[in-house]
Amino acid sequence: MRRTTINSLAFVGGFVIMALELLGGRVLAPFFGSSIYVWGSIITVFMLSLALGYLLGGFISVHNPSLKRLSLLFLLGAILTYPLVFYGEPLMRLVFDRIEDPRYGSLVAAAVLFVLPTLVLGMISPYCVRLMVTETNRSGHVAGTLYFVSTLGSALGTLATSFYLVLWFEINTILILLTSCLVAFAAIGYLSGRHE
Amino acid sequence: MKFGLALLLATMLLHPVALDARVIHSESSLYQNILVTQNGALRCMQFTIRKDQRNQSCIDSSHPQRLVFVYTRMMLAALLLNPSPTRILIVGLGGGTLPTSLAQLFPDAYIDVVELDPAVLKVARAYFDFEPSANMRVFEQDARVWVKRAAAMPTRYDLIMLDAFNGEYIPEHLMTREYLLETRELLVDGGVLASNTFAISQLYHNESVTYAEVFGTYYNLRSPDSANRVIIARRGPLFDPDTLARAALPLIRSLEPYGVPIESYPIQLATKPDWDTKARVLTDQYSPANLLKGRR
Repeated sequence: MRRTTINSLAFVGGFVIMALELLGGRVLAPFFGSSIYVWGSIITVFMLSLALGYLLGGFISVHNPSLKRLSLLFLLGAILTYPLVFYGEPLMRLVFDRIEDPRYGSLVAAAVLFVLPTLVLGMISPYCVRLMVTETNRSGHVAGTLYFVSTLGSALGTLATSFYLVLWFEINTILILLTSCLVAFAAIGYLSGRHE
Repeated sequence: MKFGLALLLATMLLHPVALDARVIHSESSLYQNILVTQNGALRCMQFTIRKDQRNQSCIDSSHPQRLVFVYTRMMLAALLLNPSPTRILIVGLGGGTLPTSLAQLFPDAYIDVVELDPAVLKVARAYFDFEPSANMRVFEQDARVWVKRAAAMPTRYDLIMLDAFNGEYIPEHLMTREYLLETRELLVDGGVLASNTFAISQLYHNESVTYAEVFGTYYNLRSPDSANRVIIARRGPLFDPDTLARAALPLIRSLEPYGVPIESYPIQLATKPDWDTKARVLTDQYSPANLLKGRR
């Protein structure tokens, strides 16, 4: 049961990260276009944030790791994603007015909008590894399974967003759905971890 | 050179029917594959190498001024509402036929052209005799970014032509209500906008209602000879049919070398919606354009 919960959490984390990255292109297009450097900016920002998230997630997993604390990461991720609905546009306007070059404009805007949520969501995977590993000789197996699950989530998040969600919903609606999903899984994680 | 010409003439005489188009140049840019094809006197620019490839732009060396495409001629119906533009903005260069024709027709007008892909400009110069006139500026930039920046500048236009296409269709962020509002801001009062779109998918309805929301009633110009639809909108009230018919008369002669049947346009300019008026408006929040394009 606990394993299933942790695997689902890793899956959802992966799903939300890539859904967010894909929406990033749409969010930035009205201000910075959809040229190749806009995607370059987004991918760079997501990769850097994930890298830092992995580092930080591994670091905090050393002290009193628990499912409850993992679910707090989901809540924090939701809290940092939700404001994009309201502050995305004014923040981009701010960057647009100050940086003339659309390459650096899109890079800074992508960083302002997406570093924090992506960094927190990046912390999920290594934290999950810590919760699942009981014996050293099985650690590679555990990590492999978690990578599998979370990358599968990422693939599905990419597909669902680009094929269907943008056809059915507005971007803000999708952001709210992603936020709700994070909150729901924070609750699931918290409830199943309350007796630990 | 002379021999080549003689050979070409000889071949054309031997083959009175059109020769097969052959690729004389191909170039892959950051955004698309650009192909230049030659078919007898006809030289065309294409952006894809798929079977259903569509020509973006063509010139006819036997009639260099003639506008090959029906839609390009239809774009010039905008002149019925503004017969002597002084500041013109063209979004999307292609082979440069629109800017070149407008620069010839209105040598004193200032013309700004926005084109995303530097390779398109290169190919237009090398293969389509495109040469910016003294009054013409070409900006290599994403049109959405350019238009947003231009809104902060004092320059306004009395004629805007939207003709930005990639290999697939118009890029999604150049179809939304917000983009059209930003573009409308660049028009002077009474300024005219012409936009080239397709009339063959679900997207026709979405684009139609989006333009209607931004511009109110506009002229819808469709032709049985073309899958394109040209929208002609004005910042300000439209004209009655008689005024349009009168406006055509002085244009007939100057547009004749370009093959533009301007006198036939006034009765074709429709204002009654022939689209689903309940279709969803395209916005920055909702613009799944290429997905809707697949739907009939």
